[in-house]
Formats: sequence, structure tokens, C-alpha cells
Amino acid sequence: MSKTKFGIYGGQYIPEILMNEIKNLENAYEYYKNDEKYNSELKELLTKYAGRPSLLYYAENMTKDLAGAKIYLKREDLNHTGSHKINNVLGQALLAKYMGKKRIIAETGAGQHGVATATAAALLGLECEIFMGKEDTIRQALNVYRMELLGAKVNAVTTGTQTLKDAVNEAMREWSKRTDDTLYVLGSVMGPHPFPVIVRDFQSIISKEAREQILEYEGKLPKAVIACVGGGSNAMGMFYNFINDKEVELIGCEAAGLGLDTEKHASSIAKGRIGIFHGMKSLFCQDEYGQIAPVYSISAGLDYPGIGPEHAYLYSTGRAKYVPVTDKEAVEAFEYLSKTEGIIPAIESAHAVAYAKKIAPNMDKTDIIIICLSGRGDKDVAAIARYRGRDINE
Amino acid sequence: MLQLLQDTEEGILMSNIYKAFDNKKAFIGFLTAGDPDLNTTKECILKMQEAKAGLIEIGIPFSDPIAEGKVIQEANIRSLSNGTTVEKIFNMLKELAPEINIPLVFLTYINPVFNYGYEKFFKECQKSGIDGIIIPDLPFEEKEEINQFADKYGIDIISLIAPTSEDRIKTIAKDSKGFVYVVSSMGVTGIRSEITTDLESIVKSVREVTKTPAAIGFGINTAEQAKHFSQIADGVIVGSAIVKIIERHGKNSPEYVYNYVKSMTDAII
Repeated sequence: MSKTKFGIYGGQYIPEILMNEIKNLENAYEYYKNDEKYNSELKELLTKYAGRPSLLYYAENMTKDLAGAKIYLKREDLNHTGSHKINNVLGQALLAKYMGKKRIIAETGAGQHGVATATAAALLGLECEIFMGKEDTIRQALNVYRMELLGAKVNAVTTGTQTLKDAVNEAMREWSKRTDDTLYVLGSVMGPHPFPVIVRDFQSIISKEAREQILEYEGKLPKAVIACVGGGSNAMGMFYNFINDKEVELIGCEAAGLGLDTEKHASSIAKGRIGIFHGMKSLFCQDEYGQIAPVYSISAGLDYPGIGPEHAYLYSTGRAKYVPVTDKEAVEAFEYLSKTEGIIPAIESAHAVAYAKKIAPNMDKTDIIIICLSGRGDKDVAAIARYRGRDINE
Repeated sequence: MLQLLQDTEEGILMSNIYKAFDNKKAFIGFLTAGDPDLNTTKECILKMQEAKAGLIEIGIPFSDPIAEGKVIQEANIRSLSNGTTVEKIFNMLKELAPEINIPLVFLTYINPVFNYGYEKFFKECQKSGIDGIIIPDLPFEEKEEINQFADKYGIDIISLIAPTSEDRIKTIAKDSKGFVYVVSSMGVTGIRSEITTDLESIVKSVREVTKTPAAIGFGINTAEQAKHFSQIADGVIVGSAIVKIIERHGKNSPEYVYNYVKSMTDAII
């Protein structure tokens, strides 16, 4: 396997103008990941600022209600800024600082990664610019203001479909204008190498903790771990330290939107094909001519036409499986977890909850499922109300 | 070493692209195929040839062209919404081939090519009179992806060198075919009033290791700029300025494209 690839997936399909900078980043990461000072500073930030370790919570009501497998929730929603995104952002922003960069830029869909990046920039004294599809700036106006409050400049992207994929395009274009003092803090396990590795490493703390926690609480490994997948960062984080535990099933939940029989979905594994885009060879939703397809999901965080290369690889080897979950199922799970456990999940994470709801009743009472609750649902409340026909102001 | 050099020189002489630089400075014009429609593209190509363009870059539209500025991005979208496909572009070129006597190259992104199938794509290139291909999202490290197919059908993969390439310049240039595309400045394609990169030293590094001609592109739009950069390199590449004319004049653009290209070639040849 080449250093930049997972099997045939991954690689560095980016303009020459960025190649030296990508190599700088790779070298810096390889160096600092073993640097004592960098690691102790990152650990300090993760524990004293982000609030790690996150809880592994036994969802007793849900377990009783479904009357099957024992269900645990890995509570990434309790992190500072409300999602798993902060794990990666703190790592990368700190790396930017060690590399001598003065400015970080990032793409964002719903705004979670943007907010996390703006937060880290504020904390570490870095200049910050966020690229967000114009459509998304309207849908998530609150998050735009939140980022501005944190001192970031938010650029509304008016090209293409004006959503997450276009925000990535624009962030890459911006990076190619200015690499000397700027690091692109990519938000998922995607893009050119080394991003899929860097983001996975920073997110793998999720499964590192979860594995230790479940062994402590139950004395055994779970039967399955379940996470939602857009680009795939929380899923990769949730899977990583279980990959070698062959008995643990790894399940990623893709956004099936209005259904896989419609064109309104974002399921790159179920409906996509191999392609090369955003710096990587992976699976993408595209038309018969190789043009990247517009995708749809109620969840802006899963509304991306591709998937990280390591997921494509885990899928190709059969180590992980990927299942589609519709808007309707996700919204029902959103409401279900709120009522059953008093936890309002992000609509992204609700996709994973929905699938757990489906399989748990058919499992043994001695089996354990861990769901990655990647984020909290406050940001989605207004959208879900609208979905249910109630128009409320955010 | 001597043997190697001779091989390389022979390679250049064999490449049809060399014709563009044969004892003259080359003006290289770019347009997006299918903007506003393939017939106009055909006319514009002929008009550029008539105006003494040395080589023409034909853009195959892609939904997400990450190395392009706004002008060419929009041309890509216009073309795609008119239903332009790789197949239709090949057909247009096959019709055009008998009237073309200058080299033609494609500029596109890797996904439409990958999706079409490498073998089939390069075979069709050969049949359609295409001499080379520029793929901005296929850097040196990933060239393996298409090398064998491009070689098999005699299509030159044009290498790009950027202001940030530094230690990579020689590695890339040594391996170059057709011409070396020297990116004038940071960022994406689009008109710039000032270009401050030390292009002399980049071109010098290129020439130290290869005889492949070097052409400068990104940001060039005036005759003065063309003249200035043609003195530094073997040719100049102009894209956005031509695409802008096509955007403004649509189906009537061939005459306007002719006049513009003529003014540019007059300035450098």
C-alpha cells in the first residue's frame, strides 16, 4: 500500500501549486505527532478546554424499550462547541501554530466545523476565515453569527450548488492563493493525503476512550459500533481502535435523504461510484459523465457527495459496512432519543441512532452496541420543527 | 547521458506540440468547449488558428474546477447546462480535424477522464487530433494514473510548475513533454493587473534540465503582458480573457475572439 493511499483509495490529486505545502504539512505532522511539548499542550487543551474524556453513557431507557442489545452512547455532544469536530480542530490549529502559521481557513456545511475552527482560532490567537455555501449561510444563520462572534470572517460561497462541496472548492482555491502563512484546517477524513490520516488520528481518541470505557464497565467489547457518515470523521474516529478487534462490527450510516430510489440522497457508498475529486480517489455521487452530483440530506453535515478514502477501503475489504438511513428515520430517532433519554442528538448523529433502533431488538441482551453521538441537536431544533410543520424563528 | 538527451530531443521533435514553438513564440489560447455551444466553439477554434494562435487548449467542462477563477468556472457551468459531454466534444473535434493545422490540447480535471475510461479516452484523443492534455488536479506524484495510456496513444501530458514548486521544478521539468506550463502567480485562473513572481528564474531552472518549451499562463490578458512574458518564456497562455469575450458575445463571439487573439499574436510574434 502506498504511503498516501488506503488500498487504491486516497492519494494527492491536487494542483501543483499546493503540493509543496501539502508536503510541509505532512512533514510537520510526522514530526510533531511525536513531539512531547506539542502532545502535552494538545492533551491539556483536550482535557481542560474541550472537556475530554467524553462520557460513555449507558442508555438504560432505550435499552429497556428496545428489549435487545445493551446500548451505550459515546457522548461527543458534550464536548465544547457541541460536537466531535473540536477534537480535530484543536490538533490542527495547534499544529498550524507550531508550523508558524498566522491564519487558518476552513470549509463548513452546517457550521459545526466552522464554529469549532473559529473557536480554536480565538483561543490560539490565529486569524480565521470560513467558507460556507450561501445556501447554508441562510439555513444556518445562527452559526454564521456565532462564527463572527468568535472573530472569524465568514465567506458565503456563491459558486456551484452553494453547499458544502462548493465550500471545500472555495477553501482550496483560497489556500492556493496564500500558503505561506495559512493552513487549511480540513474538517473531515477526506481530501488529499495527509488530511485523511491527520483527521483520523485526531478523531481516533473517540474509540480509544470508548474501548477503554466499555472494557471497564462491561469487561468485554461491543458487538457493534455505529456512527453516521458524511465525509466520515466521527465514524473513522469511532471505528479506528476497533478495527483490529475482528469481532466488533463497524457500521456507518449514510444519509439516504428522501430515499435511495430518488435522486435526493447523499449515499456515496450505496449509490456512488469510484472517482477522483477533492484530492482523493474514493466513492462519489456523480452522473454518468463523471460530473459531481448535487446531493441532499436533511442533515447539512452529511450533505456531501463523497466519503473519506479510508472508509471506501474499509468498505472494499468488508471490514466495515455502510447502511442508508432516510430523513424520516433520522427525524424519528431525533425525537425518540430526546423523549427516551432526555438527550437531543444532532440530526447527523440521529442517523446512527435510527439504525441502532432497527437492529437492537433483534440482538441478544448480552450484546452491546455503542453509538457515536457525534453532536448535540440544538442547532437542528428549528429545522426539525419546520419538518414537522411548525415554523419557528431561530 | 548523451543517449538520454538525444532521446529526449527526439521526443520533442516527434511531438506535434513542438510545431507551436518552432522558431517562434507561441500564443496559446484557451476556451471551454460547449460555451455557449459546440458550434461556436468550433468557429472560435478556427478563428484563433486564423489569428495565428500557435496552440489551442480546449477545456472539457467539469462541475467543480478547483483551479479556476470565477470566469472559467462559470463557462464550465454554462457548457454543462447545455448538455456538453466528452463524447460530443470528441465528435466536434473529429469534424474539425481536417481544417486544423496547429496542435490542440485538452484541459480538464481527472474525474471526467477517469470516468470515461483512460484507455478509451486517450484512444479517442488520438483519433480526434488531440496532441496533449493538461490536468490541473493530477500532480507529478499521481501521473502514473494515466502515463501508460497517454504514451500508448502518443498524447503528451503537460506538466504544470507553480511559484511554490521550488525544489520540484527540476524533477517535473526533466520529465516534461509537449510544453511546460508555468503558472505565473498564486491562486486560480483569472485576469491580473500585476504579476510579481520571479518567472525568469523559474524558466531558467526549467531550461537547465529540459529542452521542452516553457509557456507562462494565469492572469495574462493585455498585449503588453503577452509581449513581456513571451520574452521570458517560449509562449504565453491566455484563458480567462478569451472566455470573457465568449461570455459577453455568445454565438457572435468568433469575430471578437479573432480580433483579440490577433492583437495578442501581433504583439509577440
